[in-house]
Formats: sequence, structure tokens, C-alpha cells
Amino acid sequence: MMRASHKQRGFLAALVHRLSGIALAIFLPLHFLALATALNGANALDSFLALTRRPIVEFAEFCLVAALAAHMALGLRVLAVEFFDFHEKTLAALSACIAAVLGIGLLFALNLG
Amino acid sequence: MSALLFTAQRLTAFVLALAVAIHLATILYAVHGGLTAGDILARTHGNIAFLMFYGLFVIAVAIHAPIGLRNVLREWTPWRGRSLDLALALFAVALLALGLRAVFAVFTA
Amino acid sequence: MTAAASNHALLNVDIWRGKEEGQFQAFAIPRRTHQTILDVVSEIQREQDATLSYRFACRVGMCGSCAMVVNGRPRWTCRTRVSDVVGEDGRLRLEPLRNFTVVKDLAVEMTDFFDKWKEARGFFEPGPDPAKDFAVVEPTTPERQAADAGIECIGCGVCYSACDVVAWDKDYLGPAALNRAWTLVNDVRDRDQATRLDAVSGSSGCQACHTHMSCTQFCPKTIAPTYSIAGLKRAVLRRSLRRRP
Repeated sequence: MMRASHKQRGFLAALVHRLSGIALAIFLPLHFLALATALNGANALDSFLALTRRPIVEFAEFCLVAALAAHMALGLRVLAVEFFDFHEKTLAALSACIAAVLGIGLLFALNLG
Repeated sequence: MSALLFTAQRLTAFVLALAVAIHLATILYAVHGGLTAGDILARTHGNIAFLMFYGLFVIAVAIHAPIGLRNVLREWTPWRGRSLDLALALFAVALLALGLRAVFAVFTA
Repeated sequence: MTAAASNHALLNVDIWRGKEEGQFQAFAIPRRTHQTILDVVSEIQREQDATLSYRFACRVGMCGSCAMVVNGRPRWTCRTRVSDVVGEDGRLRLEPLRNFTVVKDLAVEMTDFFDKWKEARGFFEPGPDPAKDFAVVEPTTPERQAADAGIECIGCGVCYSACDVVAWDKDYLGPAALNRAWTLVNDVRDRDQATRLDAVSGSSGCQACHTHMSCTQFCPKTIAPTYSIAGLKRAVLRRSLRRRP
């Protein structure tokens, strides 16, 4: 039986925030290494980017962008409670709005890529 | 976490909220028009504003991420104490070094 | 005296027996109208198994002694109707509060919980020169309103049981102790805010709260420890900024 505290909105929010943060922390060094291939010239970066045009990589990229958007939206939720004394109902609306805007924007943009 | 780490993490969070918003907008803009290295580098080469923005971005991330990871490791694994703090400090330095190197690479290419 | 058994329907109740190690024991008792979980436990202990250990006192939702985990959620058993919580399978599952050391069966050791109140300086400090007369504290002032929002805590332990950070870090002071500290931070008569703010800060202090909000969700007195803890985070930060040279 799942404990009730794990069925709460706040716990789910914190869990997604934490997992997305871990994913981003792992991704970031790789991102920096990829960009630094430009030190060897534009062609080096280009040939690296060519590797990223495969569907599985594009899916991973989408997940990372989603993770970034989610981590930011949920982080804003925490900052709202801690520094701006936001209370629950406003919070739910706030997170939902930010996430929706970002999600829609991202989906739209990535589809056009 | 200590009050100092908490403050550093929340402060960089505010900085990153802004930086990530801008970065996401930039990604959308770049992806929308197709993404070649030439395009990216043409815009970033010699661009001081780019250098300053992404330099600040990297510094903020190098502070923010390791503190977050420290919480996760302390709460979800038995690892804690000096060795953990040291490992994460090294991770922070690595992020800073790799990040600034990447920014420099794209600025000078 | 006892409400009539309705349709001779039976309630299946699994109750934790033992300490940290133990097992669930199955009981069955008649389903009755308006039954509370406390009624259930009391009937089982009196009629079926006198060795079952549990706590209660007032029976009317004032003392908080009867708190335990009912179908996965910490509650006051005297204020929880069976009809509100019984699962679709007609089963009840009763466990002692989480994050406490189990004394026996459904009774837990509260000492650590109250020790953390002391650690968080959750007590009034009149200072070396206590006032000779009553203080005048307007109830409408922001500080008093902030204190009043959290002052009704009776130390039942439901929030502490629900808190994931307490489960992950045994040293974390917890929502009740921090909430109490917050009410005192807002007490304009108190003379030792410096020590208190130091006490609630640090690796086991307010900064460890991750805003899961289970404490706020489950508090039977509708107190919101999350917002009290957020207040402490701001108070600690403000003080550290003032001290910086």
C-alpha cells in the first residue's frame, strides 16, 4: 500500500523536480563537452551535430528540454512558497500555467525543427 | 543544508530562472530555423553580450547543481560528511571549467 | 450503549503487532453506524485481544493521543469515521505512526519528537529581566496573526509521521518543532530570537524542508507547517544579511 504522503501533489512535484535536476546535472557536462568541440572548428561541431539528427537522440533532446522546463517551473513553485509566501491554490495555478506555456511552446518549436 | 548553501542555491535559482527562460527562448528560435554549427558560431563569435550572459549562466549552474545533488545524495544514500562535500566541490569545479571552456570555444571559433 | 450492528456486516481489520519487527494480525468485528477507528480498536482490544496496545485519552479530538496510520495515512482515530476511510475491499489497515520508534503495536515513543521541540527552542524565553506586567499584543498585528496561524498545535505527531524529510534524515527537526519555533519567532515578548534562529537553521533545520506539504495536507488542526517553515527560512536569511559586514 502506497503511503498517503506519496500520493500528494506536493510530493509528486518535489519528485519530478528532483529527478529532472539529477538528469540535468548528468547531462550538463556532456553538453559542455559537445559545445567545446567547436574549439576544433565549425566542422568539428557540425559533424558532432550530425550525430544528433537520429530520432532516438532527438527524443532524448526533447526529454532534456522538457526536464529543464519542468525543473524551472517546479523550482519557481518552491521559490514562490519560500520567498513570496504563496499558498497552495495559487501555487497549483502558478505551476500549471508555467508548465503549460513552456510545454506548449516546446512541443510546437521542436516539431518544426 | 547549511544556511550558506541554502542561500547560494536559492540566489542562483533566481539568476537561473531568468537565464533559463532566455536560453529556452534562444533554443526555440534556433531550432525553429534549423541548426547548423555555422549558424550558431556566426552569432556567438566575438559576441561580448553572449560571453557575459553564458559566462554568468555557467557560474550560476556550477553553484546551483552541486548543492542540489548534495541534498539528493545525503537524503537518498548513506553518503554524507567531508568526502561527499569534497566530491561535490570537485564536480562544481568541473562544471565551471567545462562550462567556461565551452563558452570560450563558441566565442572564439 | 453500543450502536446496533448493521446487517451483521463485518469489518476486516489488519493491525500491526510487535515493534519495528512484527506482523499484521487480522481481526473481524461487526460494522456499526457512525463507528470511528477508535471505536474499532477499542472493541477489538476489549472483546477479542486484550494484549493489543494503543493510546487514546479524550476521545473527542482535543488531545491528539490517538494518532496512528490508517490505510496509509496518519490520522486521529477518534475523529476518523470508518465509513470515510474503509477501502473498497472493506478492509482497514492500522499501523503505528511512521518515523517514531514503536513501543508496542500501535503505541509509539514520543520522546525524540519532543526533544526536537527543545532543540528548535520551541519554548518561550522571557530573558534575564522578565516584564513586570502583561504585555499588550494586538491580535491584528502581522506578527500575532502569523503566530496565531500556527499556535493551535497539540503535538499529536501526524505531521511528523507524514514528513518524507524526517524519514530520510533522522536528525531533521520536523514540521511540528519548526512550526512551534515560528510561532515564537513571531512572539514580540520573546527575548532570545538570535539563539532560536540559530537553532532552526543548518543541516537539520528549516532549510531541509522541500515543500512536499504532506504536513499541511494532513494536519488535523489545519495548521500549515510548510508556510511556517518558509517564514523561518526568510527570517534566517534576513538575519544573515544583516550580520554581513
